[in-house]
Amino acid sequence: MLNRQGRPTQPGAAGAEAHETFTGNRALQQEEALIFEIGRLDVTGVDFDEPEAFMPRLGGLERKGDIGLPGLSEPETMRHFVRLSQKNYGIDTGLFPLGSCTMKHNPRLNERMARLPGFADVHPLQPVSTVQGALELMDELAHWLIELTGMSAVTLSPKAGAHGELAGMAAIKAAIAAKGEGATRRVVLVPDSAHGTNPATAALLGFEVKAVPAREDGTVDPAEVARLVGTDVAAIMLTNPNTCGLFERDVVEIARLIHEAGAYFYCDGANFNAIVGKARPGDLGVDAMHINLHKTFSTPHGGGGPGAGPVVLSDRLAAFAPLPFVRKAGTVLELVENGNRTEVTPFGRVTAFHGQMGMFVRALSYMLSHGTDGLRQASEDAVLNANYVRAGLADLLSQPSGNRPCMHEVLFDDGWLKGTGVTTLDVAKAMIDEGYHPMTMYFPLVVHGAMLIEPTESESKASLDLFIAAMRDLAMAAKRGDTARFTGAPYHAPRRRLDETRAARQPVLRWTPPPPEAPAEAAE
Amino acid sequence: MRYLPLSDADRGEMLARIGVSSIDELFADIPAKMRMEAPADLPRAQGELEVERILGRMAARNIAASSVPFFVGAGAYKHHVPATVDHLIQRSEFLTSYTPYQPEIAQGTLQYLFEFQTQVAQLTGMDVANASMYDGSTGTAEAVLMAHRVTRRRKAVLSGGLHPHYAEVVRTLSRLAGDEVVTLAPDVSAGEDLLAAIDDTVSCIVVQTPDFFGNLRDLRAVAEKAHAHGALLIAVFTEVVSLGLVTPPGEMGADIVVGEGQSIGNALSFGGPYVGLFATRQKYVRQMPGRLCGETVDAEGRRGFVLTLSTREQHIRRDKATSNICTNSGLCCLAFTIHMTLLGQTGLARLARINHANAVKLADRLAAVPGVTVLNGTFFNEFTMKLPKPAADVVEALAGKGVLGGVPVSRLLPGAGLDDLLVVASTEVNTDEDRAAFIEALKEVL
Repeated sequence: MLNRQGRPTQPGAAGAEAHETFTGNRALQQEEALIFEIGRLDVTGVDFDEPEAFMPRLGGLERKGDIGLPGLSEPETMRHFVRLSQKNYGIDTGLFPLGSCTMKHNPRLNERMARLPGFADVHPLQPVSTVQGALELMDELAHWLIELTGMSAVTLSPKAGAHGELAGMAAIKAAIAAKGEGATRRVVLVPDSAHGTNPATAALLGFEVKAVPAREDGTVDPAEVARLVGTDVAAIMLTNPNTCGLFERDVVEIARLIHEAGAYFYCDGANFNAIVGKARPGDLGVDAMHINLHKTFSTPHGGGGPGAGPVVLSDRLAAFAPLPFVRKAGTVLELVENGNRTEVTPFGRVTAFHGQMGMFVRALSYMLSHGTDGLRQASEDAVLNANYVRAGLADLLSQPSGNRPCMHEVLFDDGWLKGTGVTTLDVAKAMIDEGYHPMTMYFPLVVHGAMLIEPTESESKASLDLFIAAMRDLAMAAKRGDTARFTGAPYHAPRRRLDETRAARQPVLRWTPPPPEAPAEAAE
Repeated sequence: MRYLPLSDADRGEMLARIGVSSIDELFADIPAKMRMEAPADLPRAQGELEVERILGRMAARNIAASSVPFFVGAGAYKHHVPATVDHLIQRSEFLTSYTPYQPEIAQGTLQYLFEFQTQVAQLTGMDVANASMYDGSTGTAEAVLMAHRVTRRRKAVLSGGLHPHYAEVVRTLSRLAGDEVVTLAPDVSAGEDLLAAIDDTVSCIVVQTPDFFGNLRDLRAVAEKAHAHGALLIAVFTEVVSLGLVTPPGEMGADIVVGEGQSIGNALSFGGPYVGLFATRQKYVRQMPGRLCGETVDAEGRRGFVLTLSTREQHIRRDKATSNICTNSGLCCLAFTIHMTLLGQTGLARLARINHANAVKLADRLAAVPGVTVLNGTFFNEFTMKLPKPAADVVEALAGKGVLGGVPVSRLLPGAGLDDLLVVASTEVNTDEDRAAFIEALKEVL
């Protein structure tokens, strides 16, 4: 049908897949070459005047020859990175139920606050008298973290969760050494369901890792702890709520057993977001716990960082906290950067300077916005949303520990896929076609074909209803044998499934110039 | 609360659907006496306006680098970052994405990581680079651990020109891991005998260039002796802009090059977040810590990128991993990559020349101030000067006159007898007026 300008008003026949384009682009999805393929060595997108002639002081160490870094003008740069961004899925794109990773809304107020020149444009080694507001912010953040966790002290400097684990476990190691037990307490108990960072951290510090088998539902059995704990044990590293999405209901008993044996209780705080304002780790017997500000307090994940991993410490460990720390001296705030004080014995320093200030600002902005009431509500909504998804899928998907309430994330296994020819990975890729980021898959390791779904408190009921409907549709498709929808997926993403085996067998980890073309030989 | 979409009516319906009568039933696994009856004793929710006021008041108590003549360096540097960088890194699809575990919908992140790895390798003169560490200091500690894995030795030697915080991070981690560290005495004038410290028991020697005091180091003899004894040379930098002008460590025989990338694309931000750059030789790739992005193809044969060689990493190898690192500095890498793309080698080399020229100008003018001696024979954009008074007092007095004039060595090396030394940096942001104000103020306080 034509309108009055003679312009067609109805589309032609469907079948987009059959229509190859000349450029390889698909409308808004633009193919984009590497900087090294489109840039030129003599182009720069930054205008500066050459300095006047002067005598260099480089002592003959001038760089010679090309660096091999092509440049792009500003419009080309803008287009390059905008096109790349359009191949990425973010929280702002849609539901991002990546279990254990807590992909909640990132308020833009926090971005604005972190960019205030008083925070973003101050140097870590300026005179302390010129950064009193920065220290005040760190002190205020510390106050919130201590109040919310019920602990005695906090060290802010660790750069991410795993770095926090390192700092917390180092404090434990220092405390053990101070008691003269460094040579004997060499074992760290780690449940099978733990994040990989836990055993890696313990091993890094020279501890021997001993696994604690999980109960059928994924929780830790105090009887197992009682069996394993002894004078050779330094600590237990327990995630609570755990990676199966359950609160460790015997945590108080486990803490008692650990303390009675003279060991320490390290808590992986990756899932603290489920219980903020509902329970305090300090009351549960925790000695050290890192807090992923990029999970619980919503500093952006940024495609894999930066994070921040402050560690809260119990009375027993507070004196061993690493440098630096902020201290009140009357009305002035001091930054203690060197270990020459007598009343504490810091175990050292885990990073240059003072930690992830940019993340501290964002996290405090998030806390101030929510307030103590909003933080508690956020935990409740996160748990409510996860259970709502559980209730919506329980009849079609299988759960390793039966259909019982979970915390902020719900864990399914691949039992429901038995005999379908579809795997957890296939389900994940089919979710991509439906417009969702997949859940965490194959983790925790204790559950076969694990699917760990964490919707977070940022999702509306309508969003969850659609997600549940989509997952139900996928489940029924798998069960009725529509395997092509899964095994070939994703069909609609910027790329089809990628060959990870090839990437690992023949690693190409950087761009290199193509070999010069061989002179054409005469055809034989 | 503006960030929470559920209404009370929604909550009621959802609880009913779940089949519980109250939210507390979902928290039943928490022992009853451990459950908080009420929210913690902290302020209640506030609107954007109120939060802006509170944080704005704190921010206003700090002196921003751009607001004064500013010459502070020593591991973090004030540079101009193009507006494009900050705009692009705030694109939702970059800012709010996760580590690219699902490559089909993370090609944006993966491609820039591949570009980042290539840029870092080119800059440092090395074969391969990883997708970043937290910062230069933690990267240096990881480089030492890697050298121990490669050489199967457990003793590191640290140059006296290594940034004191970096040295302390290495010592802390090594002490915890039970490894040995030999730290040479603070070396103000690059006169230490590094060669004498290398023998068959040493796993690696760690040398910074430009060093903490600003001196440039020729690493070739050190590399040669290290290799003759089966040890690795770890070259460290804190000012990545220097690589636009000086011979890269890779051309001087370094086996691992590690450093701080903050100067390119990233704000000072009171010390973090920053971005650790980490590069090495191809033959050591499988001993590297951190994430690596690699090229591959998809099911239709199109080029794509994935995280690869993950059998080195904690989520696969657990207690046998090369490092415990997981989250790294993704968005800071992106800022680095964008800024470096805008610069290109032409812009980077020019930026480096401007930095060097400004530092030379400043050093010459400071050297003419009575009582001041500039100690460096060589430097890039940072140098050390000796003052007739304790540098810490001078810096405070300068701040009182509205000039941020450098870092007293005693702040990082207390009790080393170096109280009269001041480390001064100058970058492209400094003007003739800044230099004049510095000289004027310094004359007044000395």
